[in-house]
Amino acid sequence: MTRNCSFPGMGSFPLWGKAGMGASSLLESGAAGPHPNPPPAGEGADQPLVRAVGLAMSFDVSPPLLNRILERKPRQLLQAVDEASFTINKGETLALVGESGCGKSTVARVLVGLYQPTRGRFFFKGQDVHAALAKGGRELRRGIQMIFQDPYASLNPRWKVADIIAEPLHEHGLVQSRAEADERVAALLQSVGLAAVDMAKFPHQFSGGQRQRISIARALATQPEFLVCDEPTSALDVSVQAQVLNIMKKLQRERQLTYLFISHNLAVVRHVSDHVGVMYLGRIVELAPKRTLFATPRHPYTRMLLDAIPKMHDTGRARTPVQGEVPNPLNPPTGCTFHPRCPLANARCKAERPALQAIGGVQVACHAVEEGRV
Amino acid sequence: MSLLQVKNLVVEFPGRRGTLRALDDISFDIAPGEILGVVGESGAGKSLTGASIIGLLEPPGRVASGQIVLEGQRIDNLPAEKMRHIRGKQIGAIFQDPLTSLNPLYSVGRQLVETIQTHLPVSAAQARERAINLLKDTGIPAAEQRIDHYPHQFSGGMRQRVVIALALAAEPKLIVADEPTTALDVSIQAQIIQLLKRVCRERGAAVMLITHDMGVIAETCDRVAVMYAGRVAEIGPVHHVINQPAHPYTKGLMACIPDMEQDREQLNQIDGAMPRLNAIPRGCAFNPRCPQVFERCRVERPELMAAGATRAACWLHAHQEVAA
Repeated sequence: MTRNCSFPGMGSFPLWGKAGMGASSLLESGAAGPHPNPPPAGEGADQPLVRAVGLAMSFDVSPPLLNRILERKPRQLLQAVDEASFTINKGETLALVGESGCGKSTVARVLVGLYQPTRGRFFFKGQDVHAALAKGGRELRRGIQMIFQDPYASLNPRWKVADIIAEPLHEHGLVQSRAEADERVAALLQSVGLAAVDMAKFPHQFSGGQRQRISIARALATQPEFLVCDEPTSALDVSVQAQVLNIMKKLQRERQLTYLFISHNLAVVRHVSDHVGVMYLGRIVELAPKRTLFATPRHPYTRMLLDAIPKMHDTGRARTPVQGEVPNPLNPPTGCTFHPRCPLANARCKAERPALQAIGGVQVACHAVEEGRV
Repeated sequence: MSLLQVKNLVVEFPGRRGTLRALDDISFDIAPGEILGVVGESGAGKSLTGASIIGLLEPPGRVASGQIVLEGQRIDNLPAEKMRHIRGKQIGAIFQDPLTSLNPLYSVGRQLVETIQTHLPVSAAQARERAINLLKDTGIPAAEQRIDHYPHQFSGGMRQRVVIALALAAEPKLIVADEPTTALDVSIQAQIIQLLKRVCRERGAAVMLITHDMGVIAETCDRVAVMYAGRVAEIGPVHHVINQPAHPYTKGLMACIPDMEQDREQLNQIDGAMPRLNAIPRGCAFNPRCPQVFERCRVERPELMAAGATRAACWLHAHQEVAA
């Protein structure tokens, strides 16, 4: 069995269950249909907390109307994310990796509801998030929070830390009085390794790592179950990065948090994640449990990315650089978008786009892997 | 003889509330053809060291004492006009962001030709010929056509190749590369590092590679200097610094980098943060964060001393110094 479920225009959307791989992980609704049936509300025993089904996001980057008419320029759509399907079980971390412009941050923004996806659906605890958000969906917003990359830009410099962290509490009506808010803020600050007295300070009085901890505290204020972390440590120095990663892991253990962790740093991903999705030009090309992915990468792009990591203790050993560069997403190559850089590309790869399918316990979108040419 | 010698360099920033000492007594040298890595966290002073060497310290920053000697000639006190001739001809520079190091209004060919003609006595046609060869050498496909393109028509990785071509244009003996791959994706980063290594080896140019990425240092450099709070904490052959670090800061730094070879539930962390320039502790600057701190560290400042195969500024190795 190679495909779990497919229907026109959506390819396949294979998903893993609790075991994380193999036949036991197949999608619960095996039969094909125009849309998967939204599962009943409430948490089933093996119901994944987060489930994205064929998410797609395109941006209109057309020239202005007048230019289009006068210069006869066509409308132009940038397909930032295409056919992204994945699930995350409660208490686990899915990492999305890829180079700049591969669409990983767009996925994050779609999941927190900053973008309305062009196609596809996203279920949180069995509930269709974007349908619910259209009707308000405050309950959902409380359950999903985000941590941003740049702790210098994501905290309002004119607000005190107490106000920054208490804002979501007031916004969602979780506290009735100022004293109650302060109490909650103090507890949150302590949970990320800061002191309660820090709430009277302004963001500029903190270092980058401390600021990132403040944004984690703010994200935790509404007691969310799912945190979307978009490159949370990329702006930090390595010693501070270690502090923040350790805190994130500790909080995950204590509160059963579920993370979507976006990063371009494979070593960090290897440290924090349970499952890894590798993205290339808006598509997930490989989705596998962490150990499997790092031990036996299947997709040629994943192999190249892993080879491109400098080996620290092997001094003087040169890496194998990935050949070529990421193509222009406005004009992506035909067939498999990776074929111009792929050492295994053949005529089929140039013509036909591979779908993500289960091969040997992982999800891979590659003709070469499917045909056993690797 | 070494190509570049930095002796007891002190860089200060005078301000209204007193003078900040950003670089405090830095000494190292670079041999011809050698690649020296300089690592450290933000604010350690690594970029400032590079800027002092190429004579691009931003005022009010100034070299307060110490010397920078290039091929036997002192260059830290040269007038700006003289320094301008050394920069480019004898020292090439590569910066982090390739878009800001190129002039967006001129084609890359014009910028290359201008640089070549400033430093070498060649005709315009010869300079263009040379420019095309440089672009070819740095791996830019269809160099004959690309030479007339503008910087915005190149991708990030290609732009950094153009910047490397510019730095090499006048055949300098030393290249100061400040975070040359930080703005690039990991796949492009490997290409650029290999390119930099190859072109410098072919031309016998030495490189001072400033980066915060230990992985890049490990695969590229011959020796590495680890900086902390404006001082050199440890310097030595790259293999020894990475695998048997002598300074507790280097040890901590190496342990907190998540690596691909082992699984750890918890990363080691160095608690606290680097001190601000106006509050550098007495004695060893690292002492408040150091797990092996003892009395002497709090009062007396350690100089670089022999520590196994490397040299470290740490009192833990004082007995070795005496023995030696």
